[in-house]
Amino acid sequence: MISVGLFNYWACMVLMMIGLYTAIARPNLIKKLIGLSIFQVSVFLLYISIGKVSGGTAPILAEGIVVYSNPLPHVLILTAIVVGIATLSLGLALVVRIGEAYDTIEEDKIIEQDLVND
Amino acid sequence: MTEIIDIVLLSFMIVLAIAVSRMQNLFMAAMMMGIFSFLSAIVFTLLDAVDVAFTEAAVGAGVSTVLLLGTLSLTTREEKVAQKNNALALLVVLITGSALIYGTLDMPNYGDPNAPAHKHVADRYIEKSGEEMEIPNIVTSVLASYRGYDTLGEVTVIFTAGIGVILLLGHIWRKEGKQ
Amino acid sequence: MRHQGIPRVVGKWFIPPILLFALYVQFHGDFGPGGGFQAGVIFAAAVVLYTLIFGLQATKQIVKPRIIEILVALGVLLYAGTGLVSLFLGYNFLDYTALDPAAPPHGQHLGIFLVELGVGITVAAVMIAIFFGFAGRRRLR
Repeated sequence: MISVGLFNYWACMVLMMIGLYTAIARPNLIKKLIGLSIFQVSVFLLYISIGKVSGGTAPILAEGIVVYSNPLPHVLILTAIVVGIATLSLGLALVVRIGEAYDTIEEDKIIEQDLVND
Repeated sequence: MTEIIDIVLLSFMIVLAIAVSRMQNLFMAAMMMGIFSFLSAIVFTLLDAVDVAFTEAAVGAGVSTVLLLGTLSLTTREEKVAQKNNALALLVVLITGSALIYGTLDMPNYGDPNAPAHKHVADRYIEKSGEEMEIPNIVTSVLASYRGYDTLGEVTVIFTAGIGVILLLGHIWRKEGKQ
Repeated sequence: MRHQGIPRVVGKWFIPPILLFALYVQFHGDFGPGGGFQAGVIFAAAVVLYTLIFGLQATKQIVKPRIIEILVALGVLLYAGTGLVSLFLGYNFLDYTALDPAAPPHGQHLGIFLVELGVGITVAAVMIAIFFGFAGRRRLR
């Protein structure tokens, strides 16, 4: 039997940092939003990993089962996923409007155009 | 056995995230994000979060891919090559990451039944929701009843985001033919 | 995809079961995995599939944007309204015991049913509205 130990949390942190790097280092606005999505999924994974109880089952009451995983993180993350897609689409809508106004969605080009206009 | 699957899937997700991050072709990146979401849904199932896995599979692998592709068709498919020096970003990320990993060292082991997270209100939900609600799915009773305020707030956020998108891209109620 | 035969035929077979599955997930969420959030997204996915196969024009004739707009607000209203009913009956906000004080679990059932229905309506309508927003916009250049 292999013990996972803290591996789940470390994997979440690594994913989180990949997402953060994509969001801050890539100039493309869609790529930034994809980075934020990766970041988001890593946070979901972190919460769900904390809620796991070894030997437990899914929190749906049934005869003969004593150990359930913690239902509270599940509730929080379940709603957060749907809120996440709603806010992601708001961000994408903003990207579309920026693309129409500036004719590019690269951050550095947008800043250049702003400087020229000032 | 589940531990091995868990480790393998998480490693897949890390590899996939790095690939998405390095990819110039945004179309490919959007499709890869679909796979990434699907993998995370499988991990959620392993971690007993069936409701969450269900949502992630429907949202992440379905709707969000469609929306990303819709945006790509309205803007551009290729990311411009930016050969800037990102050493500063990398440094910030490395420092933050090592601080966070240092933080996890104090956390209880994965699956520890005596972790503080399981000692607060979760026991009460598991023990009492059966007789108070007479509903087998604890997640539903916590979502809709015990934590109804939270969910009302979340629904309001979704509502607001929807109104925002309608205002930003809103041709949906205009007659076709008019621009 | 409007002129391709196979997606049209397969889509015609698949969309009704998807809609039915969304309703099952909505109303069976008390007993198994599921609930308003998932059901709303699945319902919207069926509409998205219909749009991909038959085009935006045809979809807008079935799923009227005006109605979607009303539904976006109606779901939140149903949710908050359930809370207000329990408030006016002399209980706490969103305390579903108020709906049937003689048998609290029955009141809880009714309350959870209404609240999940509100969530499902809002999520489905918002997702469809967002998709229509992206699909209806034309590339300017």
